[in-house]
Amino acid sequence: MSGVWRPALFLCTLLLAVSRGPTWARTRTNDSSLNLLKTENPTHPVHGNGSESGEEPITTLPIVSWLWEEVKPPYLVALWILVCWLCKLVIEANHHVTEFIPESALLICSGFILGGMIWGADKVQTFRLTPYDFFHYFLPPIILDTGYSMPNKLFFTNLGGILIHAIIGTCWNAASLGLSLWGCQIGGAMGDLNVGLLQYLLFGSLIAAVDPVAVLAVFEQVHVNEVLFIMVFGESLLNDGVTVVLFNVFNAFVTLGGPRINAAEIIKGIISFFVVAFGGSLVGFVFGLLFALLSRCTKNIQIIEPGFLFILGYLAYLTAEMLSLSAILSIVFFGVCCQKYINANMDENSVRTMKCAVKVFANGAETMIFVFLGISAIDKSIWVWNTGFVLLTLLFILIYRFMGVFFLTWFMNLTRLVPIDYTDQVIMSYGGLRGAVAYGLAVMLDEAKIEEKKLMVSTTLIVVYFTVILQGVTMKPLVKWLKVKRAASAEKTLIEKVQNRAFEHILVAIEDISGQKGNNYLRNKWFKFEENWMSRILLRPSVRERQDKVFNVFHQLNLKDAMSYVVEGERRGSLEFIRNESAFVDFKKKFGEDMTMSMPDIMADMSDDRSAASSTRKESVPSVSLEVHEQAMRGTRAAEGLDSHHLLQQHLYKGRKQHRHRYSRSHFDINKDENEIQEIFQRTMKSRLESFKSGKMGVAPPKTITKHTRKEQQQKLQNKKSKSRLSGDEDFEFSEGDSASGYDTSFPVRGGYRPGAGIENPAFMPDVDLPLQIPPWLEDVDSVAPSQRAQVRLPWTPSNLRRLSPLRISTRSSDSFNLAEAPGDHQDDQLPPPPTPPPHRDGDVV
Amino acid sequence: METALIKYLCRFIKNKNTKTDNLILFRYSFTEWPDVKESSIEATFLQKSSRHRLMLSSLTQSAVLCVSVSSSHLLRLYERFESLDRENRGHLRKEDFQAVRELSMNPVGDRIIGSFFSPGQETVDFPSFVQVLAHFRHTENDRIRDGAQKEPANSTARRLKFVFQLYDQDRDGKISRAELLQVLREMLGMQVTEEQLQSIAERAIQEANQEANQDKDDAISFDEFRKSMEKVNIDHKMSIRFLE
Repeated sequence: MSGVWRPALFLCTLLLAVSRGPTWARTRTNDSSLNLLKTENPTHPVHGNGSESGEEPITTLPIVSWLWEEVKPPYLVALWILVCWLCKLVIEANHHVTEFIPESALLICSGFILGGMIWGADKVQTFRLTPYDFFHYFLPPIILDTGYSMPNKLFFTNLGGILIHAIIGTCWNAASLGLSLWGCQIGGAMGDLNVGLLQYLLFGSLIAAVDPVAVLAVFEQVHVNEVLFIMVFGESLLNDGVTVVLFNVFNAFVTLGGPRINAAEIIKGIISFFVVAFGGSLVGFVFGLLFALLSRCTKNIQIIEPGFLFILGYLAYLTAEMLSLSAILSIVFFGVCCQKYINANMDENSVRTMKCAVKVFANGAETMIFVFLGISAIDKSIWVWNTGFVLLTLLFILIYRFMGVFFLTWFMNLTRLVPIDYTDQVIMSYGGLRGAVAYGLAVMLDEAKIEEKKLMVSTTLIVVYFTVILQGVTMKPLVKWLKVKRAASAEKTLIEKVQNRAFEHILVAIEDISGQKGNNYLRNKWFKFEENWMSRILLRPSVRERQDKVFNVFHQLNLKDAMSYVVEGERRGSLEFIRNESAFVDFKKKFGEDMTMSMPDIMADMSDDRSAASSTRKESVPSVSLEVHEQAMRGTRAAEGLDSHHLLQQHLYKGRKQHRHRYSRSHFDINKDENEIQEIFQRTMKSRLESFKSGKMGVAPPKTITKHTRKEQQQKLQNKKSKSRLSGDEDFEFSEGDSASGYDTSFPVRGGYRPGAGIENPAFMPDVDLPLQIPPWLEDVDSVAPSQRAQVRLPWTPSNLRRLSPLRISTRSSDSFNLAEAPGDHQDDQLPPPPTPPPHRDGDVV
Repeated sequence: METALIKYLCRFIKNKNTKTDNLILFRYSFTEWPDVKESSIEATFLQKSSRHRLMLSSLTQSAVLCVSVSSSHLLRLYERFESLDRENRGHLRKEDFQAVRELSMNPVGDRIIGSFFSPGQETVDFPSFVQVLAHFRHTENDRIRDGAQKEPANSTARRLKFVFQLYDQDRDGKISRAELLQVLREMLGMQVTEEQLQSIAERAIQEANQEANQDKDDAISFDEFRKSMEKVNIDHKMSIRFLE
């Protein structure tokens, strides 16, 4: 408990110190209604005061003068930002608290404290969140961040469900709440209120929307599964647009007044709803494309290119606002649509800058919003209490949210391949947090038209506090209690730990294999379109080539190399055996000599490495550690265990789920992931090549080899070739492969690899081993170069060594394949100069 | 009967490639699921003569499949199978799996691929494909299984076995130190040194041995493995929703 109090105390003293600034300033300037956040018209008082001070006659040159009035508005803004961020700092300093109470709730509470201090000093609330500032300064960066960092694939996969919830769900919430409250008023549950049906509907519409800021703040800390996450999150994002539209429509209706609303007006309202929503999205889309185009040619102004994201995003927002379209949707789609292209087009550093900066703005704005939500509450003048109204609103919001979610999910589950189960539905319903958007809209209500504005504002605030604080706090236990699929907790044994992580990888792999996403026709179409048109126009040519080809090229190269290697090797090997049975031994010797001659460093390396590795593996470490373990005290043992656990914790590869599909406002760590993926990718490719080779080598039965004459061999090759041509060139016949190859897939450790078990042909043994000694990620030009030399000397050495590293994808990639396809002398002229093994040199050996 | 059916289905799928134009889609479903029951399997040909249909339905009247996947998912998996099988051979080979881009970025990707192939097999046909995937089907808690029935693929024991075999690549019933090291190396980044890996493997084996109060050999047997995984909710971790 002391852990809770300490930061709170600290907070108080800190805030006392800081808040003295503005109050003191205010008393000095006698500006009783200073509104900090109204920076849009700050000039007048400043100017006036400035001229006032100018009237005083200057008797002497002032060395320094007091220019508070000049700097007041920006100064206060900056000060408040600092205060809010310091609040966050204090809250985040203690993880024990944030584990149980979400940060957003704590920020609101610190807002209460701050507001209380101001109230205590002034007896009036001087600072509050105005809708104008909220919608023009705080909301855009947050929404921009969500759009820009949106896990696109996930979002669009679930777009149908999200849209249904965002549109129908929100309308349902608004309508049902409005009607029920109206019914209750007629029933007399709320005493004497002068609120009509339309006003109730207006109120319903403003409070219907789930708030992205609040939802994210809570869900980020509760690690639910990604589908659930995107459903709640996507809904909250899109229904903001919906609710603003609804609000405007009903606002207009209220202004029109009851009697003048006829069917035509209602139809107009519905049309305007769609126009506003889709128009807004379209504006965002257009701006996104513009930005993508622009990013093609910002190479020369790299230093400011990250800024375009913010400027264009903001312009998209304001443009939509100007056209009275949905600004929120606009900026969401701006981010969603441009992210892929700009990330590819821009420099890596710029991308990183954007990613960081967008988080800074969003997180900062979010913090401000929550703090000010708290501060706004401490104001006597806004509070009007009506128990019936408040409690009924809370009740209905909760009930209708549950009803809506359950009904819509039931409806969606009819067509969904992967039904959303009940626990997820409960969380979705319970995650219906209301936030600052509702409050901003409530404050925007016109008191002239709606007499009970104050009641509505205070009810909205109550709802916001209730949902953010109460539901936010209880969300985590609920998720735990319902056993919603989520991230793993503590593991005990090492193998458990490894296995837990392995499970993640396994699941991901299985999902990939079974094509979890399915082969959606529409999606395929879209991908094609995207590939053919969008990418062509929006991506820089160099980027485009780089992007989609790397994998395929690398994959195919590997296979081709392996293929040519095998073909080459088989022919060589078999011929050698045919001619001279006794060459069996010679062969090995010769090969070994050649190897050591041509690449002594590698051979040395290899033998060193191998002996060292095997000795450590087989003898030293086991015996030593066994001894240690058997003799050691419990204490050291525990420490060591801790150490191993820590190591595992640190270095286990993360499952894809954990980093790819997660949106977080406060973290991003994309680079490490990409490195990891690169690493894994390279290793996998290597090991495939190795296993292919070793399988091929180890398996080829010597009997058959000796039987074949050269002619037959060639015929066979040609047959094989034609077969594989028929079946498409990326694939090969592996008819001679054997099961053993399947389980020798290990690259780095050759524990499972049993030398001599299947390898009859000694010629290829060292070669099979050779690349194993060079981990691909350690590889550089130096270690590849000798092998090139070697190739010249050893005609039977496969040409693959020069391509060990994926960066070295060369234009010669198809050489070896050509050779493999048509071994014949006439191929000679097509050969590029040095490294490929020319088949016509057969004769030398034979 | 079961194998006969599977074989027939295989053949059927293979044949499809030769007569692509009139056999467009092949669909069979189990009337009763999730449990393995005497299930009648119905085949739907969109453009196919009734002769085949008759043949198939008579063949499958009393067939038992130990694949517990529901029909719609089966269909979907078949579509996936087809899309993996880019050359319409009717079976998949390693390269087909390896062409899945994401798998090459998965540290255990190649192991998983390996697990689809039973020893001595170079290819995997659709039934085996589904059977492997069936390990990952979501389980219901309230299911009652009578003893006579075959154990479904997604029972805890079979799942454990599956996972165990991912480690035990040489299938000798033990995870040797080398095998464990290999896994560790795949799972850990390259940031860890060889010695650290060694000691981790060492400790893991020891822990497993202790847990089971068993012999102190240098390997983890299946029993030991099971014991050390007791606290892990395998059913929970090894189910994929879409395979329900």
